[in-house]
Amino acid sequence: MENLIRMKGGFKNFGEIKALEDINFELHKNEVVGLLGDNGAGKSTLIKSLTGVYPIDKGELYIKGIKIDIHRYSVKEARKYGIETVYQERSLGDNQPLWRNIFIGRHNTNCFGYIKVKKEKEEALNILTNLIGLKGVGISPDSFVETLSGGERQGVAIGRAMYFESDIIVLDEPTTALSLKEVNKVLNFVEMIKKNGKSCIYITHNIYQIYSVSDRFVILDRGKIVGNYMRQDLSVEDLSNKLMMHAKSE
Amino acid sequence: MLKTFFKKNILQVGIFFVLIALLLIFMALSPSTFLAGRIYIAFMSTIPFAAIMALGLTLVIISGDMDLSFPSVMAISGFVFSSTFLSTNNALIALIVALIVGMAAGIINGLLVVKIGVPSIIATIGMQFFWRGLTTLLCEGMSKNIVPIRETITHKILVGRIGGAIPSQAIWFTVIAVFLWSLLNRHAFGDSVRFIGDNMQTAKIMGINVDTIRFLIFIQMGVLTSFSGVLVCFEMANWWPTQGEGYMLLVFASVFIGGTSVFGGRGTIIGTFIGAIIIGIIEAGLIISGFSGFWTRLIYGVIIVTSVSVYAIMTKKKLMS
Repeated sequence: MENLIRMKGGFKNFGEIKALEDINFELHKNEVVGLLGDNGAGKSTLIKSLTGVYPIDKGELYIKGIKIDIHRYSVKEARKYGIETVYQERSLGDNQPLWRNIFIGRHNTNCFGYIKVKKEKEEALNILTNLIGLKGVGISPDSFVETLSGGERQGVAIGRAMYFESDIIVLDEPTTALSLKEVNKVLNFVEMIKKNGKSCIYITHNIYQIYSVSDRFVILDRGKIVGNYMRQDLSVEDLSNKLMMHAKSE
Repeated sequence: MLKTFFKKNILQVGIFFVLIALLLIFMALSPSTFLAGRIYIAFMSTIPFAAIMALGLTLVIISGDMDLSFPSVMAISGFVFSSTFLSTNNALIALIVALIVGMAAGIINGLLVVKIGVPSIIATIGMQFFWRGLTTLLCEGMSKNIVPIRETITHKILVGRIGGAIPSQAIWFTVIAVFLWSLLNRHAFGDSVRFIGDNMQTAKIMGINVDTIRFLIFIQMGVLTSFSGVLVCFEMANWWPTQGEGYMLLVFASVFIGGTSVFGGRGTIIGTFIGAIIIGIIEAGLIISGFSGFWTRLIYGVIIVTSVSVYAIMTKKKLMS
């Protein structure tokens, strides 16, 4: 299978704290990986090192087969390679209409920097109805984010990432504080990512939510990868037991 | 279609009706003044000074920052303008030098807030004292008479009377409002301003150069403030050490009556445009209608508190629906 991301022997320290130790991680094309682990296991640090927020101190990183200079790697560069992160709280501007949220930072403009509003609204409508499927629920490009449910917000952020041809979409605990109905909406969006041929890394505490939509699970514990399992090789109960086992060994 | 327009622009439509209601009340109380054209010519000559600063401040507040230094920036810009004019006898050079001073004031605010990280409200209070103090020191408490400026072509362009009646400053006010409206609503820069005020983290994640945009917002405020200060000097053919004092309340009132959110992320240039006109007509309207000048501030207070309360209720209702 084609590797989109490959980290080889990755280390990351914050002062005396070893946040990541000898990490060997891969993400393949059209694959959904559930990144699991307890608080402080290193899930967020691993994600941030892959998305350029905190580049690793030591080790090798390849994206789409290209070796990355880890000392110059940044969020901006990660986006150039088609990696986009969807955070629960920080992905959208609450007081802005959806079309502005979709195109923020990547507007269609003329040579003077003026936005092609009509074109962007048409594209936003296309994204909302065809790409995300938020059709017939009273949502339009002019709707404000503050009127959307938590799940719908995640959907817009995911749709935005897909529209801009991101090949790797990272979801950082996207269902925290969402109702069951809203969680299902987010999981549907994850399935949609896969259907569109993209890849996804999904960070969560809740294996029951992620089990059905993931192809593979990676378990982190105290900065190390302690488990790497294909879904077909274990049931959700087995996965739960594996996680419990690592928690008990602490 | 009309219904959609009203729904989408309810704040601006609401504030526009407040302006119409006020004018109707003043017309009823003093028909001889408010049904004649002269009072409106007078408004067009006086309102732009505060209103131009209010337009600039709207962008600052939408971006989630604050600028309290502008009354003193107005004073130092006016001082530099009049001093330069008196020494060079060239109004255009004096104008350019004054605008550079305004730009410098904006850059200093930007450095303090964006680079050093001082909260904007505190940094700009400090700068307000600094500029006022510096102006007082430099002028030694003396005003500057610049009557010969009335003979210059720049005077005619900036504050002359078009067709012998319409004050040019009203045209400049309108042109600046249209430009800032287009910037805020149709330009990628305006979009960045909104997102920075709404959620700075989101703006950073989405690749906006937050520091540069915040810097530019302070700079435009400085430049517009100095431009306003220069207009006052042109109109009065005079500069005095307390210039700018008294504008603070009027400018903030214009912005907040116009519906700009003190929390950032939301606001409109049209709202501020109408808000500035409302604030500009109240004092004259009250006095002409037979009230004493003591009523002015009380009425300002009532209008500001009522308008921001109405906006808060409308926002709540919108969220609940």
